[in-house]
Order: sequence, then C-alpha cells, then structure tokens
Amino acid sequence: MSRVFVAMSGGVDSSVAAALLAERGHDVVGVWMRLTRANGDPDAPRCCGTEQAGEDARRAAAVLGIPFYALDYAEVFGRDVVDRFVDSYAQGETPNPCVACNHYVKFEALMADVVRKFGADRLATGHYARVTHDGAHRLLRARDAAKDQSYALYMLGQRVLSRLEFPVGELADKAETRAIATRFGLPTATKPDSMDICFIGGDYRGFVRERAPEAFVSGPVERLDGSVVGAHAGIGTLTIGQRSGTGIATGERMYVLRLEPDRRAAIVGTREEISATTYELRDVTFTADVPPAGRFRTNAVLRYRGTPLAGWVTVHADGALLDLDTPALVAPGQAAVFYDGDEVVGGGIVTATRAA
Amino acid sequence: MTRVYLDHAATTPVDPEVAEAMARVYRDVPGNPSSIYAEGQAARALVDTAREQVAAAIGASPSEIVFTSGGTEADNLALRGALKARRGERDGLVTTSIEHHAVLDTARDLAEHAHVRFTVVDVAPDGRVPPSAIAAAIDDRTSLVSVMHANNEIGTLQPLAEIGAICRDRGVTFHSDAVQSVGALEFDVRRIPVDLVSLNAHKFYGPKGVGALYVCKGTRVATMQTGGGQEKGRRTGTENVAGIVGLGVAMRIATERRGRESARQAALRDRIIDGVLARVPDAILTGHRTERLPNNASFVIRSTDGASVVMALDLEGFAVSSGSACTSGDTEPSHVILALGIDREAAKGSLRVTVGRGTTDADVDAFIATLPKVVNRVRGTAAVGA
Repeated sequence: MSRVFVAMSGGVDSSVAAALLAERGHDVVGVWMRLTRANGDPDAPRCCGTEQAGEDARRAAAVLGIPFYALDYAEVFGRDVVDRFVDSYAQGETPNPCVACNHYVKFEALMADVVRKFGADRLATGHYARVTHDGAHRLLRARDAAKDQSYALYMLGQRVLSRLEFPVGELADKAETRAIATRFGLPTATKPDSMDICFIGGDYRGFVRERAPEAFVSGPVERLDGSVVGAHAGIGTLTIGQRSGTGIATGERMYVLRLEPDRRAAIVGTREEISATTYELRDVTFTADVPPAGRFRTNAVLRYRGTPLAGWVTVHADGALLDLDTPALVAPGQAAVFYDGDEVVGGGIVTATRAA
Repeated sequence: MTRVYLDHAATTPVDPEVAEAMARVYRDVPGNPSSIYAEGQAARALVDTAREQVAAAIGASPSEIVFTSGGTEADNLALRGALKARRGERDGLVTTSIEHHAVLDTARDLAEHAHVRFTVVDVAPDGRVPPSAIAAAIDDRTSLVSVMHANNEIGTLQPLAEIGAICRDRGVTFHSDAVQSVGALEFDVRRIPVDLVSLNAHKFYGPKGVGALYVCKGTRVATMQTGGGQEKGRRTGTENVAGIVGLGVAMRIATERRGRESARQAALRDRIIDGVLARVPDAILTGHRTERLPNNASFVIRSTDGASVVMALDLEGFAVSSGSACTSGDTEPSHVILALGIDREAAKGSLRVTVGRGTTDADVDAFIATLPKVVNRVRGTAAVGA
C-alpha cells in the first residue's frame, strides 16, 4: 500500500480523485493549499485558495475518513503566480496563471514537500489528464476530451510524472465524476465548476490595473501601414488575436495582430493580414525530458481548449522555434503545447520576439 | 495504527467516571435547577454539589464559584466584569505579553471600545513575569491586573503570590487565568492573594464547554449577559447541569490524584526534554526549566516549521502541537514564543509536547525515537529516494 497525497481544492474533481484512490486501498492523505491570505473574508478570492474552499475540502476528507491538512503556499503563489501574471500583462503578454500555478506551486513546491517532508510515494490531483507508468512516464489527454486539462500540465518532466496520479482523467465524463461523488456521499457532488481565474474572481482587468497602472494608459490603434485608426484604453485590456472593436471606426472585422508595449501601440488588421506562422518559444520543456528530435512534426495547441495546429518544432539552445503550416495569431505569454496524438510531448511559452 | 496522544494542553480525554456521572444526569435528571418542584430541586442539588467540589479544590467557598461555558468566557467575565464594575473610579488594565488570546484580545477590545487603558508587561527570556515590572506598570488609576498562572504554550509558572501581594497593596483587582494549571497543580486561593481565577474542565479530564470563574467575596464583577439571573446574576442562563456535574467530578478526581500524577508526569516530561535536547540538533527548550507545568515540554526546533512537524508526526501516529491549538493552521509565529525574544524565523519551529494520565514510558520512548527522523525529513536533510 502506497501513501498518496491528494491536492484537494474543495471541488468535486479532487474529492473524487481522493475517493477513488482510497477505494483502491491506498493510504490517502488530503491536503488543501492556502494560496492567498484572505484574513477570514470568505468572499475575497474565488477558487481553491479561499477559506470556504478549504472547509469544503475538509468536509470531503472527513466523509472519506482520510487525514487532511491545510498547507500554506501563499508566499510562493503570490510571487510565482500573481506577480508574474501582473508583470506579464504589463509587458503586453497574455499569461496563463494556471500553467504557472501547476508549474511552480502544485508540482514543484507541493510535490517537494509531500515527498520529502511527509513521506508520500505519490501526489494526485483532480486534473482531467492521464499519466501512464510503463517504463517511461507519459502524459496523455483525459479520456473526456471536452474536459481535458493536459494543456496546462505540459511542463511536467519524468521525475514529477513518475510520482503523479490523475484518477479523474480516466473517467468517461463529468457526469461520471459527479455520479462517483454521489456514490461516496461527498458534499461536493453538486458544487458548480469554477470558471474564473481563481485569485481574482471576476474582472481580471481591475486586478491588474491596481497593480500595474501603466498597462492601462491609452495608446494608438494602428494598421500595418502605420496609419492611426483609433485609440485603445491600454495594452492591458488587449489580447493578441481578439476581435478589436473599441476605438476603431471601420466596417471590416479587425483583429489585434500585435502589441508594442514600448510605445503603447496596438497593431490591428483584417483576417487576411494575419500572416504569422513562426513563433519563438522560451522555457521549453519535454515530458520525456529530451525532445523526440532536434526538429519534429507536431500538433501545437496555442491556448487552453485551443484547436491543435500542425507544424514543425525546431529545438535550439535558448528554446525552440514553432513553425505552423498555416498562419495563426498567438498571444505572447501563452503556452504552446506539442501533442503527438493524445500524448503531450512538451511545450514552451510564446515570446514577444517575432521570429524572422 | 496505534496513536500516542501528547497534546494534553490542548485538551484531555474525559475520565470514564466523569462521563458516567454526566450520562446519569442526562438519563435521570430532567429538571431545570431554577424550578421549585422535585425535578428542579434534584438538578439544583447536583449543581450545588459540583460547586462545593470546585470550591473545595481551590480553597474557596461555594458562593465564590461562578460556572461558565469555559475558560474563554471566564476570562471575558473577569476582565469585562471587573473593569465595568469599577468604571469611573479606575480605568487601567495591566497584563502580560504571553497571555492567552482570551485575555489579550479582550483587553484590546476593551481598549478600543470601552476606554480602558491597556498596558502590556514583557516577560523575561525564560517566560517569567518580573513582579517588579508589574509593580512599575501599576498607577493609581489601575483597576485590574491579569497574569496567567501557567502558560498554555511553554508551561512557565508565574510568581502569582508576589504579584498578588503587590496588587493587594495597591488596591488593584487581581485576575489569573489558571486554565492550564488547576487540576495539575495545587492552587489555593487562601495562599495566593488573588481575586478572580479562570478554570476550565476539559484541561483536567472533564467535559469541553464548561468552566468556572472564582470570584473572591467582596470583588465586584458586573455581568456580561442579561437574563433570568442565574449564578446570582453574574452569569445568567440556564445551567449546563451535566457539564457542571462533570466539572465537579473531574475536579475531585484531579485533586485526589494530583500528588502522585504530577510527579509521574514530571518525570516523563523531563525524559522528553532531555531526550529531545540530546537527539535533535538545534533544538532549544522554551520557558523556564523547572518553574513549569509537570506535563509540558516545549521547544523551538530551528529550521523547521511547526505545522510540518506536527503533520509529519501525525502521520507517524503522534499527536502534538505547534503554538496553541487555537492558532494552528495559520503560519504566524506564536506571540508567546516571540515574547521570549526568539526571532520570527526560529519561532515558526515551535513544538509543544504535553503528557497526561494515559502517557506511558513506552509512549515517551517511541516519541523520542521518532522525532529526530521527522525533523530530519522536514529540514530536508534526510535522504529521499528517486
């Protein structure tokens, strides 16, 4: 019997993960991560970092009869998720805080603690993804493609994957998850799914504005030829690839093609003007720890729940070059994740550097 | 897994004789003590017996015992009631930096909302309050001094007789939170000049949710609650009859066993202290070496955080605590440990081990054998496979 720690958010997915592992006879321990210092205000932030979520997780653990602890990761979360999120917006990027949280908090800080301090053999979460342990450790999409969260887990390498379990990723769909929760009598069975960015709850722009007001200074909206066609309310309000309406009086559908934070300019254009096919990636990692080849064919997913786009990856000393077969707009700061069928091969963060 | 419970300062298991006495009340005594008919008289008699038992244990007379819902309420009643009773005449409150939150937070609340002047006296690095510092903090408008008998985290005993004498001399009411010590140590109000004493049943093998405040005859305490006038109007509300009976029985048993148990527990305590200091590098004892509760061994273990040590020990089958139970779960270092002059980083590594009636030599051996391994793991100095 192995000791498995389950990161319990207070939601149904991680509660069911704990239930399934306990049912299989593992020595299961529930942990809840305190991510923000809400000072007792139950309404402050939204998702797994709030006190109420901790109470929900505690109740679920009690129903399952497993030990449960709250661990404090507010410091690392504030530094490596929240601050990076704000900085990234201020630099004209569109960050994915869930990727950062998985990377730095759940699978680095928490994993290290449970293994080293508390003698865990494995760590499990309620993510919809699959990991197989058959010689090499492989990360796969969830069985339910509609709930798949493997995109946000691309940074995991062999060392971490070898100690991971994603029990709900094996389930047919969310209905099965809820049915299992009901079967175990978990109070989280009917809890709604969380949608917002967990530490903000609602308007992310207001959150960023408070911390990086410079990202909310108005600037020009330009076409590719440099002609000014309007003004925007700040680059922090814009995302590359989004339909751009504000401040532009034109009949055509326009998209944000790129942002130039140095002069606060937003460059817009028509669908036909989207020409970028190559992107520089930084912080490139591979689930097998090494790339399959120096240059390899892939299906790249460029945002959470995005459609895979075919292309080539060329690995180099500082990262990798992604060369898509067809033009696509990708926001710097987003993760580009390489898939081979259902398997996650690796990925990296799209940089603001425009590849030649 | 067999469990070893070493957190008797948080709470103690209810003595079977206490549980049986309480069950009898629930089964057989349905009346309200305020009712004049037979059922009421039966309940009243039980409450009166318990009052006599508690009074006898601390050398008081039964009319000086007010039952409450526990130590926190007793502290609140003492501070709020005594200050309110002398309002207009005196407005000062003197207390110490290591009091329980039930005293310190009440004092802050009174300072904020009731125009009470609130002075905090620092303790020495061994956790002792210098009586001279109390004397220096008292002025001619000081109404109340509140100094705990034994600290809940570090177990240090305070020189109450000297402090009480100073208070008597200056015409100041003296309250002591003796929640941790009553039951474990002799506490006789005829020997210690004290006006108000808080105690709590679940610290000496009685039920949770019942305690008492000793109010010395002649000491005025205004009520906090208004209602039917029970407890001579000092704590109104229908009595928790079964809980009060449990308190009385627990008090009697504690008094009977105190002499033998205290010596036995002190020997276990000393083995823990010596064992931990010998086998865990960079561990220091917190609080006074000898002027401490017979069941309390408390430490700061550098380069650890107490919560992790508590968790890791729990998974090994041991129940201990870091800081006090009330603040577990947050990472703020304990105000008591900080008050000893220990830096914030080190203070996060506080660990409290408190033995009790059920603790055996084998429990202590197992604990001393396990703690060094757990500390190594938490410090990251243990070898981890793969």
